[in-house]
Amino acid sequence: MDPMAEIRLTFFQECEEQLTALENGLLGMQEGSADSELVNAVFRAVHSIKGGAGAFKLNTLVSFAHVFETALDKVRSGSIVPDADAMKLFLRAADALSDLVSASRDGAVLDTAPYAAIEEEFDALLGGAGGAAEDDDFQSLDFQPVTTAFSGEDAAPEAPTAPARNSFLIRFRPLRELFAKANDPLALFRELTRLGRLQAQCDIKNLPFLDTMEPEDSYLSWELRLESDCDIAAVKEVFDFVDGDCDLSIEVGLPAQPAVMVAAPEASGPPPRIVQDGQADVAVPPPSVAPLPAPAEAEAAAQPKASARTAVQPTIRVDLDRVDRLINLVGELVINQAMLTQRVLHSSHVRDREVTSSLEELERLTREIQESVMAIRAQPVRPLFQRMSRIVREVADATGKDVRLRTEGEATEVDKTVVELLADPLTHMIRNAVDHGLETPEQRIAAGKAPEGTVRLAAAHRSGRVIIEVSDDGAGINRPRVLQKAIANGLVPPDSQLNDSEIDNLLFLPGFSTAQSISNISGRGVGMDVVKRSIQALGGRISIASSPGQGSTFTLSLPLTLAVLDGIVVTVDEQTFVIPLTAIVETVKHEQSRIHHVGEHSFVLRVRDVLVPLIDVGAELGVRPPANQVRSGVAILIETANGSRSALLVDNIQDQRQVVIKSLETNYKRVDGIAAATILGDGRVAMILDVDALVGLRHHDWSSTEIPFAKAS
Amino acid sequence: MIEKSPHDLAREAEFVAFRAGGLEFCINIMSVREIRGWTPATAIPRAPSYIRGVINLRGVVLPIVDLGVRLGLPGTEPTARHVIIVAQVGERAAGLLVDSVSDILSVEDTSIQATPDVASNLARTFVRGVIAMDGRMISVITLDNVLPAMELEAA
Amino acid sequence: MNATILTVDDSRTMRDMLRMALTDAGFRVIQAEDGLHGLDVLRQEMPEVIITDINMPRMDGFGFIEAVRQDAKYRAVPILVLTTESDEEKKLRARRAGATGWIVKPFDPVKLVSAIRRVAA
Repeated sequence: MDPMAEIRLTFFQECEEQLTALENGLLGMQEGSADSELVNAVFRAVHSIKGGAGAFKLNTLVSFAHVFETALDKVRSGSIVPDADAMKLFLRAADALSDLVSASRDGAVLDTAPYAAIEEEFDALLGGAGGAAEDDDFQSLDFQPVTTAFSGEDAAPEAPTAPARNSFLIRFRPLRELFAKANDPLALFRELTRLGRLQAQCDIKNLPFLDTMEPEDSYLSWELRLESDCDIAAVKEVFDFVDGDCDLSIEVGLPAQPAVMVAAPEASGPPPRIVQDGQADVAVPPPSVAPLPAPAEAEAAAQPKASARTAVQPTIRVDLDRVDRLINLVGELVINQAMLTQRVLHSSHVRDREVTSSLEELERLTREIQESVMAIRAQPVRPLFQRMSRIVREVADATGKDVRLRTEGEATEVDKTVVELLADPLTHMIRNAVDHGLETPEQRIAAGKAPEGTVRLAAAHRSGRVIIEVSDDGAGINRPRVLQKAIANGLVPPDSQLNDSEIDNLLFLPGFSTAQSISNISGRGVGMDVVKRSIQALGGRISIASSPGQGSTFTLSLPLTLAVLDGIVVTVDEQTFVIPLTAIVETVKHEQSRIHHVGEHSFVLRVRDVLVPLIDVGAELGVRPPANQVRSGVAILIETANGSRSALLVDNIQDQRQVVIKSLETNYKRVDGIAAATILGDGRVAMILDVDALVGLRHHDWSSTEIPFAKAS
Repeated sequence: MIEKSPHDLAREAEFVAFRAGGLEFCINIMSVREIRGWTPATAIPRAPSYIRGVINLRGVVLPIVDLGVRLGLPGTEPTARHVIIVAQVGERAAGLLVDSVSDILSVEDTSIQATPDVASNLARTFVRGVIAMDGRMISVITLDNVLPAMELEAA
Repeated sequence: MNATILTVDDSRTMRDMLRMALTDAGFRVIQAEDGLHGLDVLRQEMPEVIITDINMPRMDGFGFIEAVRQDAKYRAVPILVLTTESDEEKKLRARRAGATGWIVKPFDPVKLVSAIRRVAA
């Protein structure tokens, strides 16, 4: 890739990091943190973006960042102390900056009005001092790297054969400060030789004897004659850095007399030796004279060396493709190991104890490799939660509500893909929480609550899964209205008696729009059913709990990694299926006496003192027709996302296994009742059941099933 | 390799010819990823009759389409002698179950004639044209609709 | 042997750009991401020139320059600061801390090299 294109990529990646730091810092400031380092970090974030943008000639971005930076600088220096409104302005500016970065990256055409508006507000904040970018800063510099051979041997440019246009007489006396800043007259003279022909004469009359000499003082001065085609500005430029640290005069005069020519000083050659006795060359500050006080680095660096080293965890960047390839290979390894184990163990000849234990060890190692590799893809949910922060602000603004987002467990790690696929459902739930869950400030005050509502977003690991909660302290679900709406939309029969939990779950039904008016905010009335399906596609479950007047909580339960699953392998009519272990409560001895007929094809199973629906998996999936009589087999008690229980009837349980999840949807499509597929030890594909969907299907009318399933060979 | 002029290359394409449901068809070789023998497939619940199930193709779950059935012709009980053509169908890959693969044809665009009117509606959905060659009538198939449509999410 | 330049900047983008310009000009580049890190690197290797940014976390450019100048071993190493054109105050402060010269951001590779030549003999 073209190196500049690569750096541009790096720049925009870095912008993302800076924007995140900016938002976090501003939020911290808003919370009242008085940490000055926070303000510095915020300033640096914008400054950094501006710096890079300048190099890529992204002028709009540069000038907006400049205004923002100027305001932040004033906060940094203490001349402005931001109040709540100012902090809101800063946050909005941060959001706008983020949009601007994206637009600059994608080359999109931008509506500059919002930015101009924010800039005006900054102007007002700064007291009309105006943060308008100064044009000088942002010359369009053509960033073409120039190849300049800069090796030690710097050939002196040929003296022009024709007489030079200008002759300069330069009187130069460095002061000690010049050397203290590590400037070097030799370097300056050499630069002068690039402009033309140089003669240098050193004046040593001020040089004291060695015993009175201050090693760091400056005693020499030079008279230089330069013949050059350049103008005086070019000559002055050479001395730019030492301006103020030397006595300098430059006169333009007649072409020099052909006086004694001193060869252009070479990098290694010293100016004319002054002292005979082999002393150190005093034209260059003697670095090794007199031991100086031990470096005060320990003080300057406010931390001991050791902690400075351990502060940064070494990381490396890896292409995602490589990680995915590795994960796929490990997946293959798992399958092959399973196949090997199965074949060896089922081969009647081999009952060798050593072989068995070796195979067990192999399985253990494979599992460990798999877990380690999966962990590579695990990422904290933090960036995802932080995006929600902006969503909350926007929706709150648009709906006139006062909202605060609290997050917990941001460091909880989840598979990268899960993080990505959670973005949409989470966004929708957060929007709902603000738009519908929370009341307006007036309503809240009337209800005796604080005007500011809280949305809480929490993540944690629990029993091998990731649990994410989205809750609000709003009015809770309006159950009467929900029930009414469901009846009106024909989702439930009019005389339904539903308990609280059942009413809450009506929200997840397709065709249920929770909005009275479909506000722009929550989108085109998308509905929680889509959210639920997205979560299920991830292998997760969602449930809801709500208290009137107090608020609602949505709980998502997601697998830790996408690619593996602990499951029970079962057979139904000679077909093999996998039931995710996490859904299973227990297996139940399936005795005729426990089963009761409650409808044509409906049965319930008595488990201890509770009756649960018995679901004939084979019939549900269309493997075989529904039975009128109770079939023999094994009943597996399961629990769905909303906590309700059912029993799945299968023919046999084979064993418990960890399986690698393969997508059925990639090449085929979603199938109701099937979560995904896997490849078993014998290389054949088996379906992984979507237990929640299976239970949901139970409500379907038998007559609407499709053509009877034909057996595949 | 015989040098062809750019003129020729632009208008010629290669097709894989095969038999399915007793008739001859061909598809553009660009869609074909590989050809392999039959392996038993795992059933997909409630799948349409032309879907024979899925197989494991080096770790990828691949749906198998009985192409004869898809084209409205009698289906076959697949045996080890049948062939699966692994093809790219848009973003997805699928295995096409056919009776046998015949040969690879180099055909110029102009040689492809329009589908005859007598063809069934179903055939029309998939048949792009017909090639007459050496006394054979080979229908050129397009794979666009061969798999069931992905469900459109209620976005 | 190529001269070695230490670049100190917390921005990855800036480090990459400097490295590109400097290696194209024939220099060898070593990098640090802030002042503290820069001091660490210096303990291991002595560059011919140091180029440092000002705004950095943990230890900013001023702190870094001062720390470097306090150690006799590094006193003669030229240090160039990266500054924005309009910021005279920063430039002055950097010089007072001991900076040898400056480079204006966004930098022109040609000017970058000529600045280096003015300070490195």
